[in-house]
Amino acid sequence: MSDAVSALGGVSFDGIARIEECGLQGMITLRGDLSDQALAAAVTRATGQKKLPEANRARVAGESGVCWMSPDELLLLVPYEEVGGRLEALVAALKDSHALAVNVSDARAVFRVTGDAAREVLAKLAPVDLSRDAFQPGRFRRTRLAQVPAAFWMEEDESFRIVCFRSVADYVFKLLKVAAQPGSKVGVL
Amino acid sequence: MLILRCPYCGNDVDETDLAPGGEAHIRRHGPGSTDAELTDYLFQRENPRGVHFERWRHAAGCGKWFHAARATDTLQVFGTYSAQTTEPPQEIRDAITKARPGWSWREFS
Amino acid sequence: MSTRLPSHGRLIDRSAQVTFTFNGATMRGYAGDTLASALLANDRMMVGRSFKYHRPRGVVASGAEEPNALVGLGQGNRFEPNQRATTTELFDGLTAVSQNHWPSLDFDIGAVNTALARFLPAGFYYKMFIHPQPFWKHVYEPFIRKSAGLGRAPDSEARDADTYEHFHVQTDILVIGGGVAGLLAARNAALSGARVLLIEQTAHWGGRAPVDGGTVDGAPVDKFVEQIVSELETMANVTMRLRCMGAGVYDHGYALGYERLTDHDPDAPGPRHRLWRIRARRIVTATGAIERPLSFAGNDVPGVMLAGAMRDYVVNWGVAPGRRVVVATNNDDAYRTAITLKQAGVDVVRVLDARAAGGGALMEEARSLGIRVDPGRAIAKVSGGKRVKKVAICNQDGIGGAREDLSCDAVAMSGGWSPVVHLWSHCGGKLAWDEDRAHFRPDPDRPPLGADGRGFVVTAGAASGALALDAVLDDAAAAGKAAAKAAGHSPRRGKTPRGETTPEAAMEPVWLMPARADTPLRMKSWLDFQNDVKVSDVQLAAREGYESVEHTKRYTTLGMATDQGKLSNINGLAILADALEAEIPKVGTTTFRPPYTPISMGAIAGEARGEVFQPIRRTPMHDWHERNGADWEPVGHWRRPFTYLRPGETVHDAVNREVKNTRENLGLLDASTLGKLVVKGPDAGRFLDMMYTNMMSTLKVGKCRYGLMCSENGFLIDDGVVARIDEDTWLCHTTTGGAEHIHAHMEEWLQTEWWDWKVHVANLTEQYAQVAVVGPNARKVLETLGGMDLSKEALAFMEWKDGRIGEFDARVYRISFSGELSYEIAVPASKGQAFWDALIEAGRAFGVMPYGTECLHILRAEKGFIMIGDETDGTVIPQDLGLSWAISKKKEDFLGKRAQQRSHMTDPNRWKLVGLETVDGSVLPDGAYAVGEGVNANGQRNTVGRVTSTYHSANLGRGIAMGLVLNGPDRMGEVLEFPGTDGTVFKAKIVDPVVYDKDGEKQNV
Repeated sequence: MSDAVSALGGVSFDGIARIEECGLQGMITLRGDLSDQALAAAVTRATGQKKLPEANRARVAGESGVCWMSPDELLLLVPYEEVGGRLEALVAALKDSHALAVNVSDARAVFRVTGDAAREVLAKLAPVDLSRDAFQPGRFRRTRLAQVPAAFWMEEDESFRIVCFRSVADYVFKLLKVAAQPGSKVGVL
Repeated sequence: MLILRCPYCGNDVDETDLAPGGEAHIRRHGPGSTDAELTDYLFQRENPRGVHFERWRHAAGCGKWFHAARATDTLQVFGTYSAQTTEPPQEIRDAITKARPGWSWREFS
Repeated sequence: MSTRLPSHGRLIDRSAQVTFTFNGATMRGYAGDTLASALLANDRMMVGRSFKYHRPRGVVASGAEEPNALVGLGQGNRFEPNQRATTTELFDGLTAVSQNHWPSLDFDIGAVNTALARFLPAGFYYKMFIHPQPFWKHVYEPFIRKSAGLGRAPDSEARDADTYEHFHVQTDILVIGGGVAGLLAARNAALSGARVLLIEQTAHWGGRAPVDGGTVDGAPVDKFVEQIVSELETMANVTMRLRCMGAGVYDHGYALGYERLTDHDPDAPGPRHRLWRIRARRIVTATGAIERPLSFAGNDVPGVMLAGAMRDYVVNWGVAPGRRVVVATNNDDAYRTAITLKQAGVDVVRVLDARAAGGGALMEEARSLGIRVDPGRAIAKVSGGKRVKKVAICNQDGIGGAREDLSCDAVAMSGGWSPVVHLWSHCGGKLAWDEDRAHFRPDPDRPPLGADGRGFVVTAGAASGALALDAVLDDAAAAGKAAAKAAGHSPRRGKTPRGETTPEAAMEPVWLMPARADTPLRMKSWLDFQNDVKVSDVQLAAREGYESVEHTKRYTTLGMATDQGKLSNINGLAILADALEAEIPKVGTTTFRPPYTPISMGAIAGEARGEVFQPIRRTPMHDWHERNGADWEPVGHWRRPFTYLRPGETVHDAVNREVKNTRENLGLLDASTLGKLVVKGPDAGRFLDMMYTNMMSTLKVGKCRYGLMCSENGFLIDDGVVARIDEDTWLCHTTTGGAEHIHAHMEEWLQTEWWDWKVHVANLTEQYAQVAVVGPNARKVLETLGGMDLSKEALAFMEWKDGRIGEFDARVYRISFSGELSYEIAVPASKGQAFWDALIEAGRAFGVMPYGTECLHILRAEKGFIMIGDETDGTVIPQDLGLSWAISKKKEDFLGKRAQQRSHMTDPNRWKLVGLETVDGSVLPDGAYAVGEGVNANGQRNTVGRVTSTYHSANLGRGIAMGLVLNGPDRMGEVLEFPGTDGTVFKAKIVDPVVYDKDGEKQNV
């Protein structure tokens, strides 16, 4: 049985922040009416999160969680091995709702950025206010990193997790390396 | 570089995260329309110096289309609003009137 | 000569000696020096030559406005031309070379131009390089190219050795300029609690106030600077950056800060420059003022310097630019220079004050020090070649009859001060003419407007036109509070520090010295030192009818050099106004455009260079392709193998091998890049019926259909196979380049037109690795792997099925873009490489070869299949391509249907798709036009068609092509002529586009 492989096989880099590719993460794109109780209940069963996140927020614990993508879209995080079963259950639970749930685990790459300068590394690449006043744990943002679309959220330990398309994983990793190069701390965020 | 507030995710977004979509509130003319209607629909556009209504998409963000009312001469933004409407809502029109009394744009004023 | 003084030098550290080279000569300076101050300390006054006449040029200023002291800095991969010596901080090992001379700075052949100056007037290029026309290519253009440009471009093989980056930051208030005004404005803004970012272009706070002197609340101004800097440093809501220039102000409070991190310390790790991309609610420009030169004959001789700059060199760096100095002025400020020089032990030969009544208290102070002051006097002419030797003086109110010669080696000049209005003006702030001070200053009633319709820039201090210390502080204190208030914070009430300085008498505008200087003097009175524009040039332009300041600028090149006219603009337009007999404010200024001073290309590019110049999209099998000889073809941001080269093979050979093998045995294509959009919902069928020209709602579950998409203009934009997954779900394949924009196209219609339709779309392109298994052995290799039944009966042509192949979960589409037996198989991307490996392994027994995009193209062209981007170019409708069968006649509506009914779209004379077969078997040139009878209005032969796709077919052993031809389908067998670009003419017969396996027997097995 051949193992599934993430885009970059778990590479990492240490500069003013630590950059790691996280490996495979189960992900389900769910589009539907977010005010629908049946949908909320199904999401809770799939992810363990009791409530849906508010706009621009992520509720994530380890490999499970929910990210708010748009007024009619959520990104559900589940352990990679369990995505098939969870998706099946979700689709079954939503069979009477107008909703779309699809497995996008393999369409993405995930990175983690940790360290004091993590905010600054991202601020070099994304047109987003990453100051402490504006960006705190739980905050989720879809934007771009340099020239490609990406989304990221901040964890309780003030590290970031970044999701991008799998095809540009190599580009994003190299971008993050440049942004985290030694000697490049800005010292303001 | 403009900043517009996406009415769907609420973020104030840099122009680099947005995609422009041209003039707003254009009515589609399909089969059965006259040549003149089709020409208007496909090709005729306002080019005002002043109040203008546009379509934008929060392309690198939540992906939603929205409308923006702004002044092309000063870049003042009167407001952004839902894409699911065929005309500017009253509060947007009021905001424009406050800044530019007597404005008009196509059939709206 | 210019020398280092034993005293003064507040910015240098005399205990830290620094060694550098200039034109190969080793020199010494101190830490804290600029390259300019160190050169002057080494008696190197002449540092370059001017652009047009190659005249000797010396340091004239002490900051960003410097037009002359431009040098090439660094070596090899770090060489950079046109760097201002005045803003270059000295470091150990710095290497600089002067510019625009040959063979050497001191002896320059090009200086002959100066003797020819009267033959090189304004507009010379426009007048000279017109006739005869053939001279352009061989005489004029080479001449202009050789003489154009100032510094030497870096070697074409050199690669910038440094890294650069951007940094996005938001703030309530951005304060640009760290002089006393900026510091005070920042403090007052910060006291409100607002987030404040304060940036200063030089390496130190305080600006020029410590040089100019005065007291704040009774203490010397440098104490005030020290105190306020330490106060700001303790405030958590304040960020301060030195060596960070406000480069530009743009719409909605966007501003660029250009931070030079390692220019002064090249061995430090990290990026060299950082471009701050700042979003500010309000911006305070505390950018100070720039001194204006005086226009007198010989004002460009090395040793003539701005009075304020000369004072800077003494006070800041302990350098005296001369031993015997003449001061010429029209205002009181220059007396500060005279006093400073005198106190530093320099002989101040004379102060020539153009004002008949002379100055005020500062003049008296100078006199009391024993300095002779001549009111109403002017410089008639400065003599000296590479260095000032003497000054002839005359009455200001005259034509320049010399009264006396003064021997000296430096001249300090002051024509008054102009606020730096650039950043105010970048985004539309308007200016007002200040009659008393003879300068343009920002008009606070007409600021640049922000998103809220209110002004978002406030000026502070000298940038507002407030030049004296007391006025500077009052203005800056108010500006800081006003900005905080406008940004939504409540400024704190508090006492404004009280500045005190010697009061000044009124200045008098002097645009020409002497006022009625005769022609020979005006021809030596420089306005633009870098571009060699003189008073006489602007006057000539006016006489020749150039009335607009913008036209005069371009005609004379005034203000078009790398300094963008920081010294020359006001003087130039005053001369123009005088020549046009117009008021200065009526003539107006040229447009101020960012950046304030040139910034590096590296900073603009930021991280986007080398490996991350642009994103490269990689399929899950990318590395395998790379290892197996892929000759890459960019397709959008994707890289796809064009072909797989084997050792010793040419591209042509490799393509032919792949083409034959796929037809005869088995080919594998990485088709992962094809767009895969899932469309689901109760209204999905209805929606797809609008999106596609054909009917998709009637497609049966388990079946596939080839579909066409048109724009509302009727033109073909994309194509692909659509599969119906279940009752309310479809999967739409798009072209490789179309995935993102067709997804966006669908979302646009759903969100903005049919928002009540219940449809969801998701882009699953990258979820799957997709492999086309193609050729007579396709089924065999899949059967070897085992799993689902892929027999003709179990999976017919244009059907799809989910199942397992070998150990892989797979979705199999039996579709063909080659005419062969073909399966396109999607597996999860994370298993794409493993699946590909399995196919290669199992395929060995069946003659497997991977094939690239060129083979794909040839196979489809042999079958007459169109390719979006080849057969289409945004002006082609499906009907042109013989695809009317794919346009539903039953549907009332679909995107583009109405537009396709327009008269031009239904014109029977539209060019239509045909096959083209060369008479001699050669390959038609791509894009070649077929010519017909007669000529058009321009005398060119009429065209009757063009080639859209052309290849060599290894299977047929000849060239094959498709093209769009006038009445093509009705002209089968006719031979057309296609002239090539080299005079040859290709002859090709019109044939059916399908040239291989017309009946489709090969795929139907």
